[in-house]
Amino acid sequence: MAPKQSRNPELIRGVGKFSRSKMYHKRGLWAIKAKNGGVFPRHDPVAKPSPAAAKPSKFYPADDVKKPLLNKRNPRPTKLRASIAPGTVLIILAGRFKGKRVVFLKQLSSGLLLITGPFKVNGVPLRRVNQSYVIATSTKVDVSGVNFEKFDDKYFAKKVEKKKSKGEGEFFEAEKEEKNVLPQEKKDDQKSVDAALIKSIEAVPDLKTYLAARFSLKAGMKPHELVF
Amino acid sequence: MPFKRYIEIGRVALINYGKDYGRLVVIVDVVDQNRALVDAPDMVRSQMNFKRLSLTDIKIDIKRVPRKSTLIKAMQEADVQGKWDKSSWGRKLIVQKKRASLNDFDRFKLMLAKIKRGGLIRQELAKLKKESAS
Repeated sequence: MAPKQSRNPELIRGVGKFSRSKMYHKRGLWAIKAKNGGVFPRHDPVAKPSPAAAKPSKFYPADDVKKPLLNKRNPRPTKLRASIAPGTVLIILAGRFKGKRVVFLKQLSSGLLLITGPFKVNGVPLRRVNQSYVIATSTKVDVSGVNFEKFDDKYFAKKVEKKKSKGEGEFFEAEKEEKNVLPQEKKDDQKSVDAALIKSIEAVPDLKTYLAARFSLKAGMKPHELVF
Repeated sequence: MPFKRYIEIGRVALINYGKDYGRLVVIVDVVDQNRALVDAPDMVRSQMNFKRLSLTDIKIDIKRVPRKSTLIKAMQEADVQGKWDKSSWGRKLIVQKKRASLNDFDRFKLMLAKIKRGGLIRQELAKLKKESAS
C-alpha cells in the first residue's frame, strides 16, 4: 500500500495549513463518532497467544557470551569502469602477460574480466583478469560474432585431484607424469572464440600487429598525460 | 635588437597563463602600465595583465574599444584565425594538440609510419650513394 498522504499540507516545517478543528472535520472523525453513537469506537487489545511454556535452561554460561556483530553485507561484482565495454582493447599491467594488448569479452559474476588475446595473435588464452591491473584503451573491436555465454568462473576453477596414498619409491616418477595437459575441449573453445574475433580484427588495418605488440613506456612518455 | 611587436589597439595576442590558456585575443584598450582590456569573439571582454599575454605578429584595424559585432567583423575581414593557422607558431600549436590527443592505437600507427618513412629515406640515400660512388 502507498504511504499515507496527509490531508494537511505543510506550509513550513512544523506548521500545517489547517487547524486542529478543521482537520477534525476533514478526517471525518465526526462521522466515525456518529456511527458509533457519539463516542469514539474502542478496540480492545487482541489477546496474544501465550507462548508455549519454555523449559528452563539446564545450563547458563558463567561469563557473558559475546554475540558477533550483525553483518548485512550484500556482496556484488565489482563495478565495471565506464571505459570498459565488450570489445575494448585492454593493456594488462601485471603477471606473465604484462604489457600485452588484449580484447575484453565480458565481466564474470566474480567481478573478474574475461579476456582473450586472441591466442593466435599474441599468445594470451581465454583468461580472467582483475580490473585493477588493466588499462582500458579507447580502441574497440567488434565482438558481435563471438559467442562467449558459456564461460563463467566455474570454467576456470582448478581441478581438484584425489590425493593418492604416498608410495615413497614411486614419488618422483608419479609427480612428473601428472603435468597439466590442457584438455582438448578448452583448446577447441579457444579456437571457436578466436575465429570470429580474428575476422573482425583483420578488418581494421594494423590492428593485428597492434595486438601482437607489447605496450611499454618510452622516453618522454608521461603516463598521466597520455590519452589511452 | 629593438622591439618589433608592440602593445597597441588591435594587436592579437595569445594567452599563456590562466583559465583561458591558449586562446587568441585582441587587445582592445590599455588600462594602465600593466593591464590591457582584451576581447575575443567567444569570450567576455576582460582585463588581463600583459604578463599573461604573448604578442603575435597579427594586427587588426579597429578603433579603441569597438563593439563586439564590429570586433568580430574586423577579425573576419583580417582573417585572423586563417593567418594564425598558417603561421609557423600556429601550426606548431596545432601539431602539439594533435600529438597530445593521440590514443594508444594512433601512437602505434604513427610508429609504423615513421619506420616506413625512415626505410624509404634510407633506400633513396643508398641509391644516391651508389650513383655518386660510381
